[in-house]
Formats: sequence, C-alpha cells, structure tokens
Amino acid sequence: MQDSLKSSSYQQLEQKSKYTNMFLRWFLYFILILFASYFIFPLYVMVVTSLKTMEEIRQGTLLSWPSGLNLESWAVAWGGRGYGAGDTFLRPYFWNSIKMVVPAVFFSTFIGAMTGYVLTKWRFKGDQWVFLFLLFGCFIPFQAILLPMARTLGVLGISNSVVGLVLVHTVYGIPFTTLFFRNYYISVPTELVKAARIDGAGFFKIFFKILLPISAPIIVVTVIWQFTQIWNDFLFGSTFSFGEAAPIQVALNNMVLSSTSVKEYNVDMASAIIAGIPTLIVYVLAGKYFIRGLTSGAVKG
Amino acid sequence: MKTLKIEELSKNFGQTEVLKKINLEIDEGNFLVLLGPSGCGKSTLLNIIAGLETINEGDVFIDDYNVSKVEPKDRNIAMVFQSYALYPSMNVKENMIFGLKQAKTSKEKIQEQLEKVSKFLQVDQLLERKPSQLSGGQRQRVAIGRALVREPRIFLFDEPLSNLDAKLRVEMRREIKKLHQQLKTTVVYVTHDQTEAMSLGTNIAIMNHGVIQQNDTPEKIYNKPSNTFVADFIGSPSMNLIKGVLKENSGDLLFKVSGSNLEIPIKDYDFKDKSNLNNKEVFFGIRPEHIFFKKFNESDFEINLKADLSEYIGHEQIMTFDYANQELLAKFPSTIKIDLGKETKLYFDLTQASLFDAQTEERI
Repeated sequence: MQDSLKSSSYQQLEQKSKYTNMFLRWFLYFILILFASYFIFPLYVMVVTSLKTMEEIRQGTLLSWPSGLNLESWAVAWGGRGYGAGDTFLRPYFWNSIKMVVPAVFFSTFIGAMTGYVLTKWRFKGDQWVFLFLLFGCFIPFQAILLPMARTLGVLGISNSVVGLVLVHTVYGIPFTTLFFRNYYISVPTELVKAARIDGAGFFKIFFKILLPISAPIIVVTVIWQFTQIWNDFLFGSTFSFGEAAPIQVALNNMVLSSTSVKEYNVDMASAIIAGIPTLIVYVLAGKYFIRGLTSGAVKG
Repeated sequence: MKTLKIEELSKNFGQTEVLKKINLEIDEGNFLVLLGPSGCGKSTLLNIIAGLETINEGDVFIDDYNVSKVEPKDRNIAMVFQSYALYPSMNVKENMIFGLKQAKTSKEKIQEQLEKVSKFLQVDQLLERKPSQLSGGQRQRVAIGRALVREPRIFLFDEPLSNLDAKLRVEMRREIKKLHQQLKTTVVYVTHDQTEAMSLGTNIAIMNHGVIQQNDTPEKIYNKPSNTFVADFIGSPSMNLIKGVLKENSGDLLFKVSGSNLEIPIKDYDFKDKSNLNNKEVFFGIRPEHIFFKKFNESDFEINLKADLSEYIGHEQIMTFDYANQELLAKFPSTIKIDLGKETKLYFDLTQASLFDAQTEERI
C-alpha cells in the first residue's frame, strides 16, 4: 500500500519536472531567437535596401522585400557611374586598404610573436616592466597620439601614404599582438626551449622550428583581431591620409556624406556592405579557430 | 679524473640563496641521485650542470675541464625532462635527430644512430608518429632516445618518472636501471621520490635548503644517516626520533627519557667521538622496521610498551606505541595480533640504532 503511494507521488514529481524542463527549454529558444533577430536586423535592412531602386525605397517601407535582384547600386558603389569629376567609388580605395592591411597585419603579428617569445622564454631583468609598458599601449586613447604621430610621419616623409598607415597600424598593433602571444607562450612548457638549447638550437631556430609551428591557434586569433582593427579603422585613415591614398573606410565616409546630390540609400548600403565583406570573410574562414584559440592556450606535449 | 666535479657552487635568485657552497664529485659510470623535498635546489643544480642556469660563484668541471661558461650544447651532456619536452610539431624521428642535425652530423651517422637507439628502446615502430599520438611510457622512451642518440658523457634526468602513473613508474624505473647497467654511462638524476633514489642510485646526495646533507651510497644513507633531516626523510614511515639524555652509569652509557624509568643501554654504539657524552641531550633514532615482536637476535633489547594505534595496510601493519609520552612507530607483518591499550613486549635491534645531538641535529 505504502509502496504504491510512494511510486505514484514519484510519477507526479517526474511529470512536473518534465514540464518545467520543457518550459525552460522553449523560453531559452525564445530568448535566443529574439537576440539573434536583434543582431541580424540591421544587416537585413542593408541587404534589402541595397537591392532596391530609389523608386522602391521612396514608396516602400524599411522592411519591405525588393522587387527583384537589382545589382545596379552595387556596380555604382564599386565602379562608379563613369563620368569624370566628383564621381567617388570604392574600387581604388579597396585596393588601398588591402595594400595597407596585409603588410600591417603581417608585421604586427610577427613582431608580437617575437616579443611574446622573448618575454616568456628568454626572461631578462626588468622584463615585467617592458611588458607593463607594452600593455600600457593597449590603453592609450589613439586620439592622444595623433599629433606626435603626424609629426613623426612628416619627418620620415611618409605622410599621406599607404606606407605611413602601415607603420602606424603596425606600431599600435604591437601591444595587442604581444599580449596575445605572451599569454599563449606562457602556457608552453619552458622545458621545450631548454631541450632545444641542449640540442644546440639558437634563439631564432627555437622560435621558427619549435614555437611557431605550434602557434597556429594564436596566429589565427591575432590575424583576425588585427585585420578587423586595421580594416575598420577610420581615425588613423582620415587623419594621416586623404585623397587617393585614403583607405576604404575614409572613402566610404566621403561617398556617403558628400552632399552634392540626392541621397542614394541603395548605393550607400551596397558600399557599406562592400567595406564590411573582407572582415566577414576572415571571420567565416577562421572563426572556428578564433574561439578555439581564445579559449585554449595549452599545448599538450 | 672525475667525470663531473662541482666546486664551491653558489646560486641565488635575487635575495634568495638557492644553493650554498655545493661540492660534489662523480666518477665515471656512476649513477648519482639528487634527492630532496621540493624547493631544495636540486633541479637548479641540475640546470646549472646542464648550463641552462648561470652560476653566481664556484665552478663546474666535466672531465676536468671547466665548463662554467660553456654553452649547454657544447658540454657533451643530454637531458631528459619531467614533461618529456618532445617538440610537438615534429614526429618521433625528427625529435630524436634534431640535436644531431644541429651539430651538423653526417647523414649516414645520423641514420646509424637513429636505427641503433630506436631498436634499443623499441620505438622503431613509432618513428613517424607525433608526440601527441604516443602514450606516456612511449613519450618517455622517445625522450630518453633523444638523449641517447647524442652519446653524451653525462645524462641528466629531471624527475623523469613523476608524470607517469604508479604502475608505469615502476616499470620505467626498472628500464632506466637496466639501461644504466648496459650502457654504464654517468648519470645525474633528480627526484623527490626516495624509492626511486634508493633503487637507482649508486650514490645519493640528499639536499635541503640548498645544502647537501649527505652524499653516500644508498646503504649508508639508510643505515647511518648523518643528521636528523636525512634520518627523517628516508624511510616510510620515517625513523623514530625519541628525545632524551645520555647518562653514564658505572662506565656504561644509557639513554633515558626524563620523567620515565625506561632505559636503553647503548654501550655497543659506534660513536664518532666518545668524550663528553654524559648528560648530553640526544635523539635516539630507530627505524620502525628494526623493532620486532619477538626476539630475533641475541643482542635485541627487550622493552614493554603500550600499543595506542594500529594501521592496517595489507601486507603489514604500522603500530603506534607510547614511549614515555612520545610516539614510537613499529612495522609488523599484518598476521601478528597485538592488543591495543595493553603493554606489549617489543625488541629493539640496537645495532641499527642512531644517535643525534639534539642541538646540532648531527649524528654522534
């Protein structure tokens, strides 16, 4: 008698916990979908607007679906309308940005890896101070260094050039890249370096043969970080370059804010998407490693 | 000629003195174990021998040649690390020949060495694998192989077995012992495990606080510890150290504990210096395994003590007795039945006893 009583009450409890779990699960999905739509919404508006004609934009609403696949505004954003003066389009500036971002990412990542290697595996007196000052570089507001940097670029004779921007981005990328690599290498057993030294490998050999081959996760993290920072930078680009040497973000600004004629929202949206595509590509290709590299630094020997 | 000689070596990290005036010598083919608790400086000493740490004072000689300022790679040594330190991006073969390649050894010689060593260590089937695809024991073998291919004068081992599980550790310990018997190379081996030290070493140097406490054969270390630290560190459970005084009684010496009439005659003890022993405060040391439950030797000393505690550990039991309010541990076969709370007859093997000065803690 008592046993059956007990088992029936357990059944009730089981039922109850089942319903509670189900409710929580649906609630969780609801919240997730809500947040996901919140973040995807601006992108949706950009894409549909870029595919509409100006006529459609004026008559329809922000959310309405375009009548067809109208790629004209994309062509205009990328290649212009073909008449001479006053026609701003993204193509040349896109290549400016590529020419800036590739060397700047390469040098800042490489130098950061080197510095991180020295700060963890070739400790010297006062190395923690060097690291502290490097970290300080992460927290300096970039507006504070605009004037001295402009002067420096002037003295070096590389102001208003892609080379100048490469230098600026490399220098201000080093604190971040060093931080990444230092934190990664600190989890690599120093015994590896000791073993290599006994085996007769020197400073550079240990770096290139032992450490660099196991650094793929952190290289990916650093490259994504630096690429995004440098590609999306507007402040340095607009301060240290103008006219033909400007990177794409500056050109985008010039295009969208030029008050010569009617606002062409579709062209503006297409331009903005074009300017954002490279970072998206980098994320899609390497995002998997990005998470992995951020969360795990450990190397199993 | 000494294969390795260390003279008056001191090392400090900032204000902390890690090694204080270390003197050490190793003959060709000997197996020296540096044993001590963590933080005693044994790994630092090994790193200094390897050339991975700088020296503040003193010198290191290999084959009578002062190598204090010589690069690690030119010291003719090889080292096996606790974490194995196999290069993760290289396969077993590349790991093993990395050092030879750096030394610009000829291809034929490299191939010959690789084949010889990998066969010897039974890793010849694993040459194409990455370290991450190996088991702990295999990694250990490869790490030893990487040291072997270089045919060094001295092998340095830095706690090589402490990352392995208990069973594998015993197996690898035997293999290292065999390896040393076959190759007869000189070895310096760092460990904190006394069983490893005892079973492997031809010599053991026990270190504490940057000082070598005793450098002797395993037998001497176990039977004639030179101070209370060594006596306490070696053995499990460690040596009983009972505090008391020496009393002279009509020409014979007795060990007495204050507030008790228990007396132990020690007339046959092998003193370093027989003068001034009356009323000296001492520790009387006897190992748990030298206390018996029945008379084995004619000279065994009989004493009645009360049993307080029994710890059963399978093949044996550890009994705690009350010796004038000091704890005395004894180790018996687990088949012996001893009643707790009752006086029991015990027999001390006094030939195995040690006496230490209570002030200096040195053997007397």
